[in-house]
Amino acid sequence: MQVPAPFEYERATSVDHAISLLERLGGTARLIAGGHSLLPMMKLRLANFDYLIDINDLHAELGYVETGPDEVRIGALTRHRELLESPVLAAAFPIFADAERVIADPVVRNRGTLGGSLCQADPSEDLSAVCTTLDARCVIRGPGGAERVVSMEEFHVGPYETAVADDEILVEIRVPVRPGCGSAYAKVERRAGDWAVVSAGAAVWLDGGAIVDARVGLAAVGPNTTGIPEISAALRGQEPSEGLYEQAGAIAARSCDPVTDQRGSAEYKRHLAAELTRRTLRRAVERARS
Amino acid sequence: MTTVHERVDTFHDNDQKPVGYGRMLRKEDPRFLRGRGRYVDDVQLPGMLHLAILRSPVAHARIVSIDTSAAEASPGVRAVVTGAALAQQNLAWMPTLSNDVQAVLATDKVRFQGQEVAFVVAEDRYAARDALELIEVEYDVLDPVIDARRALEPDAPLIRDDLDGKTNNHCFDWETGDEAATEAVFARADVVVSQDLVYPRVHPAPMETCGAVADYDAVDGKLRLWSTTQAPHAHRTLYAIVAGLPEHKIQVIAPDIGGGFGNKVPIYPGYVCAIVASIVTGKPVKWMEDRSENLISTGFARDYIMRGEIAATRDGRILGIRTNVLADHGAFNGTAAPVKYPAGFFGVFTGSYDIEAAYCKMTAVYTNKAPGGVAYACSFRITEAVYLVERIVDCLADELGMDPAELRLKNFIQPEQFPYTTKTGWVYDSGNYEPTMRLAMEMAGYDELRREQVEKRARGELMGIGIAFFTEAVGAGPRKDMDILGLGMADGCELRVHPTGKAVVRLSVQSQGQGHETTFAQIVAEEIGIPPADIEVLHGDTDNTPFGLGTYGSRSTPVSGAAAALVARKVRDKARIIASGMLEVSVADLEWEKGTFRVAGDPGRSVTIQDIALRAHGAGDLPEGIEGGLEAQICYNPSNLTYPHGAYICVVDVDPGTAQVKVRRFIAVDDCGTRINPMIIEGQVHGGLTDGVGMALMEMIAFDEDGNCLGASLMDYLIPTSLEVPDWETGFTVTPSPHHPIGAKGVGESATVGSPPAIVNAVIDALKPFGVRHADMPLTPSRVWDAMRGQARPPI
Repeated sequence: MQVPAPFEYERATSVDHAISLLERLGGTARLIAGGHSLLPMMKLRLANFDYLIDINDLHAELGYVETGPDEVRIGALTRHRELLESPVLAAAFPIFADAERVIADPVVRNRGTLGGSLCQADPSEDLSAVCTTLDARCVIRGPGGAERVVSMEEFHVGPYETAVADDEILVEIRVPVRPGCGSAYAKVERRAGDWAVVSAGAAVWLDGGAIVDARVGLAAVGPNTTGIPEISAALRGQEPSEGLYEQAGAIAARSCDPVTDQRGSAEYKRHLAAELTRRTLRRAVERARS
Repeated sequence: MTTVHERVDTFHDNDQKPVGYGRMLRKEDPRFLRGRGRYVDDVQLPGMLHLAILRSPVAHARIVSIDTSAAEASPGVRAVVTGAALAQQNLAWMPTLSNDVQAVLATDKVRFQGQEVAFVVAEDRYAARDALELIEVEYDVLDPVIDARRALEPDAPLIRDDLDGKTNNHCFDWETGDEAATEAVFARADVVVSQDLVYPRVHPAPMETCGAVADYDAVDGKLRLWSTTQAPHAHRTLYAIVAGLPEHKIQVIAPDIGGGFGNKVPIYPGYVCAIVASIVTGKPVKWMEDRSENLISTGFARDYIMRGEIAATRDGRILGIRTNVLADHGAFNGTAAPVKYPAGFFGVFTGSYDIEAAYCKMTAVYTNKAPGGVAYACSFRITEAVYLVERIVDCLADELGMDPAELRLKNFIQPEQFPYTTKTGWVYDSGNYEPTMRLAMEMAGYDELRREQVEKRARGELMGIGIAFFTEAVGAGPRKDMDILGLGMADGCELRVHPTGKAVVRLSVQSQGQGHETTFAQIVAEEIGIPPADIEVLHGDTDNTPFGLGTYGSRSTPVSGAAAALVARKVRDKARIIASGMLEVSVADLEWEKGTFRVAGDPGRSVTIQDIALRAHGAGDLPEGIEGGLEAQICYNPSNLTYPHGAYICVVDVDPGTAQVKVRRFIAVDDCGTRINPMIIEGQVHGGLTDGVGMALMEMIAFDEDGNCLGASLMDYLIPTSLEVPDWETGFTVTPSPHHPIGAKGVGESATVGSPPAIVNAVIDALKPFGVRHADMPLTPSRVWDAMRGQARPPI
């Protein structure tokens, strides 16, 4: 049996309570939500914390998908399963359900959360790519209830590193709503539930027949939280076409920075970045049109 | 989820009446389904302590020093033991099952990442684990040998300097067949095809990891050991040899076992550490390894680098097969195989074909990797052999432009040739291959699939059809040829009928999920007429079962199943004599109808086996010379192995853009002789086929150049899920074994043996438009993509 190093454990009763605990305990403490990334790391003693602050009781406060005129707001403690089954997201951003269907397995999806996924900041993580694709904003709350809103690019500092300070909590993700949107996600994995070899998300916004805006987010091919501006620039104002997807795929392949590992060669991953960019753009456009 | 499309096709009368009660539900399942199984980790004894093992973080290093003082001072710690301490008791090294030695705890060097270096015994498993962090080991890191191809280079670092006079990393050489005759056949053949193949290192990864609870009683000198073992009796004898404990004072208990697949055949250092710890502390001690420990240190499988060559006439008559193998045995030769068979039963690489000559030359080497070699449902290396022959037969079909089914059909050993002696000396007991192959092709709709493939190729779609036809050799002994460290591979069985006509049968083999409690009750029920529900099957406790070599290599039914049938017949023979007394007729006048003796010509006069059991234990007279009681014991020594066969057809689709392989259909027709419980057979086949998908598409224990194991968790070492497998389509033919008392052959590993080549052949077939003739497992998307671009590379 793998057992973690000794730690103390406390259940937070409110977001402010959790923040006050973080204020006191600082970097020796870690929030635990779904725990499906944190606990395995602790059991392998790759991560050792003196304190765990369990925020699962805050689901009433932080678990929601709410739609407004300009944005969809998703609570950080919203579980994968809730994202998968949300009718709001299915209508506005089917990319979420695409991604959730291929994230881990039902056991993990019942427990894991959107905020936990983003805060883990694993470069192979799917929801980071989804949020990048949708140009989402992250709401971070600190001591005294102070909130700041950052872009995905600002949020994601590096592999396993985010903008969330030791005494802060990611509380909400805001996804802007613009008309004519279609979105899609595709992932290549060696086996169901595995981390992505490569995955790609695409979102397009059409007006008339033309692309008003487009974004592509990739996972598992190096740091990418910018939505690949070169793709967006190349697609804006264009009529969707296979040639355009081809062009976007080529940009994706040269914009990413994959490494060779057990999941595949860097060359293959670059190829997938192109292939999946083409596929997701094609589907996103189909969805935007329908 | 997987569903069954059962397809029954009759070739022999006994298809229609599976033994005993046929497709009955498993007697053991209620306790498993209700969470009432009792595994080693469920064993709790008063005052029990917990053991954790410190393992080497590097693959090859000299141990400079070990400081255990901080660990000893850690709260709850009772003992910290190093190799040096074991050496004082002459316990630092132990024999392996292949006449090598393996370190229990390293004394001089560590030779693979994960090797046992020290252990802590503490009051709970947390304290034990925490204390491991406090042991300071200073290593002088040495260059490792990771690539087996370089192990014998003159400047390769010497791994086994513990062995007297050892100057290189050579483990053993082995050959079989006739080199000169094979050379002659190859010289005159129209066509010779050669292909390099790698069967990568894989791991059995049973759901339950290995562990033990040792309880040594210093007063009566008895050691009780609950352990995860597939071979409790063999382990007991080996502990007696290793630890110097008298054998009658050792009781090995294998409770419910959560999967074995060969992983639980060897004796691991952890078991020995638990025994030592109990003796040292005077308390029961539990050791359960964690998942990573299981994956990095226990018996792996395969790791064969092979060259296969096949010679044939232009019209597709196979003449000869030749192979050269480089075998990676890791740091210690821990292979669990009969002693005279260092390459296991790899000699059956001639497959199911009637050929003129064959030859194999093998060299085995030591590397800085975990020891093992035979595990994972491999039938003692038949997995590698079948993969080799079925892959190169496909390469030949490609070269000849022949349909792979047609090529196989043309070269099968014919039914009248059985018993058939192969060119490597194996005597196949029985077989009738063509009907099995034809049934698989019919179930698959083979011709229609080929038509569909032509259409899809015209559209640029990638669809492949792969065939594998295997013959296995399972059920070791006979004991004159096969032993493990001198213990002959035979198995005992004891049957005792109670006064009320219920019975207990005691086995020497050990279920790890195979359903022995059901199958063996059915075998006995068929012979003696007591319903299976009234027959208790006991196994896994050396104090309460007869001696035997255990369950691996699909040997339970061929060996112990025969023992069960024969012991039941022995009891029935005695029952007949008692019945003759009860009915006052001569023995010759009695007719047996399952469960009842009747007087011939007067069927109204009869006694049941239950009546006889009561009489055998009662106060009434028994026939002259007959003792009371109704029981018997035998030890069955098989006269030959049994040779099950099967035809597997796999259909895959490959995504041309991402190179992902989807197994669309899989048709498995097995012939394991007489079928005892078809449901259990199907379960075994389903499991083995799923294993095959894993090995063919995703599983591999990989190492980096420093010898770090890259498959140390189930996130890194992938095993398939229900989402990767299709609905299995199973069928069967029945060709009974002529020498087995009920005609049964082993089946436990057939699907694991037969499915990987079928899947690989299907993928290669799908890639034919790219000119691909071979690509090694695991066929991950990245590796398939390499193959599509003509850049297929071996995985190691």
